[in-house]
Amino acid sequence: MASTAQSRIKSISYAKYGYMFIAPFFIVYAFFQIWPLINTFILSFYGNGDAASEFVALENYQTLLFGGDGRRERALNDTFFQSFINTVILWVGNFVPQIFLSLLLAIWFTDSKLHIPGQGAFKVIMYLPNIITAVSVAALFMRFISNNETSAANQILANMGNEAIKFENDPAWSRGIVMFIQTWMWFGNTMIMMMSGILGINPSLFEAANIDGASSGQVLRKITLPLLKPMVVYTLITSMIGGLQMFDIPFLYHTAQGDIKDHLRTVAVFIYEQFRVGNNVHSPQYGIAGAASIMLFIVTAILGIFVFRMNRDQDEARKKKERKELVKEYKRQQKLAKMGGID
Amino acid sequence: MENVGVKDNYMLIQRIKSIGCFIVCILLAAICLVPLWVMVCNATHDRFHLSTNPINFLPGGDFAVNYYNISKGEMAQFPDFNVWTGYLNSLIIAGCSTVLTVFFSAMTAYGLTVYNFKVRDTAYTIILAVMMIPVQVTSTGFVQFMVGTLGLANSYIPLILPAIAAPAVVFYMRQYMKSSFPLDIVEAARIDGCGEFRTFLSIAIPMCKPAIAVQSIFAFVQNWNNYYTQNMIILSDTDRYTMPIMIQNVLGQDKHPDAGAQYAAVALSVIPIVIIYLALSKFIVGGVALGGVKE
Repeated sequence: MASTAQSRIKSISYAKYGYMFIAPFFIVYAFFQIWPLINTFILSFYGNGDAASEFVALENYQTLLFGGDGRRERALNDTFFQSFINTVILWVGNFVPQIFLSLLLAIWFTDSKLHIPGQGAFKVIMYLPNIITAVSVAALFMRFISNNETSAANQILANMGNEAIKFENDPAWSRGIVMFIQTWMWFGNTMIMMMSGILGINPSLFEAANIDGASSGQVLRKITLPLLKPMVVYTLITSMIGGLQMFDIPFLYHTAQGDIKDHLRTVAVFIYEQFRVGNNVHSPQYGIAGAASIMLFIVTAILGIFVFRMNRDQDEARKKKERKELVKEYKRQQKLAKMGGID
Repeated sequence: MENVGVKDNYMLIQRIKSIGCFIVCILLAAICLVPLWVMVCNATHDRFHLSTNPINFLPGGDFAVNYYNISKGEMAQFPDFNVWTGYLNSLIIAGCSTVLTVFFSAMTAYGLTVYNFKVRDTAYTIILAVMMIPVQVTSTGFVQFMVGTLGLANSYIPLILPAIAAPAVVFYMRQYMKSSFPLDIVEAARIDGCGEFRTFLSIAIPMCKPAIAVQSIFAFVQNWNNYYTQNMIILSDTDRYTMPIMIQNVLGQDKHPDAGAQYAAVALSVIPIVIIYLALSKFIVGGVALGGVKE
């Protein structure tokens, strides 16, 4: 009885339920993500502000990449390139200390020979800054150190009889502060990623190394780091994509309203400014914003391809390969059989 | 005897190393905690005290004054700041988004795992591919479409509904289902006459509870903290301001700011999320590496 029911069920096609289950995702995604992406692409070929309905072909791209005759075009071109340079500087400045700290801590926390008490508490504390709203973090650090004469750093200077420093106006100070905040927020996250990478390494390798009398340094150089390489590369690329989107802290680190600093303007801030800051709210520069977004998209897509390849089920890729080889082997055998067996 | 000496020496070196590492960890933990502790302490001192002692490591007794100044002072410094409106609005957005994200992601992942249909692999590949598209890239088209074309400025719809499609969560849920959701159960349910949707609701969802719990926490925190999209849509309606937008307005008071009130506002915005984090830290720290997508 059961077997007939089973075979009956096997003969029913459930494919339509599959479509039903995944439909909401794709409908919503198309409406809120794919169409806006296409819309961005379309907008990048149209004019800005009042001339939004005017088709200008590649003019926005030309303005951003090569400037133009007018003062506005040259200014936009300069700002765009500066924002790209800023993004790279700020990203490098927070990634290097971040990866150094997180690798070091991850290696210590997973080393069976070291006994660091309270590891769980350390992990919880170090991840804590990552969970806090970026706006609140920016506000807090603005209270500590900023142009404002009432910020803690300037108060201390004033109490000692010194002049207030305009921390935001100085590229070195302000970039340094933003890099520090970014590192402060993200090193705990990277550390946990690295730890999971190290814990994924086959423990018998460490055991074997210990039995053979390898020192900690040797284990680190010959086992941990080489096997951790994929994890580090993955973190590097995801962090690069994240760095290209860096927005909250550089956007908010200024005291006077709307006074975004030239040396903190990242690409994401540049795009946002075109439709959300100052007068641009009422006359949005969608064309420029669109063109900048599409260029950002292209760079992200190139980086994303690497991550995509790493994320794809490696199991399935291997299985496919094996299947292909089996087919090949079978064909070869058939050929041999046709030729009259093994010669 | 000599061997014992060598062993002692080795143990001693490991000891010293451990202590060295411990000290570095303590320093780093202090760097993480001190700004937050100073924030809490400064929030309890008034601005006159703060102008002579800008950094305090001990709490004072003026929190009520600061709270009065941010919320309903006679000359309210921050008219747009109302901590309870902020909590409520952020809670509405983050709560609804979280429920939608988790439910629909589980549903999509279930569809991709259980059923075998023509476009399944293509659909999964698409989800993996779009996982990396940053919101900044689509924001121009998004804001033009939502605010310009559909006139949804100040509406919560563009902030909540997109949560249905969360590729990273689908990816995670599918990984989880593949490893710990046996397909035989679905077949057994079919034989017992259970409908497809009911199988999902009353069998798959309870079995995926651990994954759902972890993803709920992350989705909630992410939506609570999301300033970028909220600030793009909520343009003028101060009753709909969420916590991050209010804090940004408090931050923008550059003329004679009341430092104590500003610290109090920031502290109020941070404390709920820190409490939630400390209560659920076990799940959060365990789930970070599994989520795998950075902001």
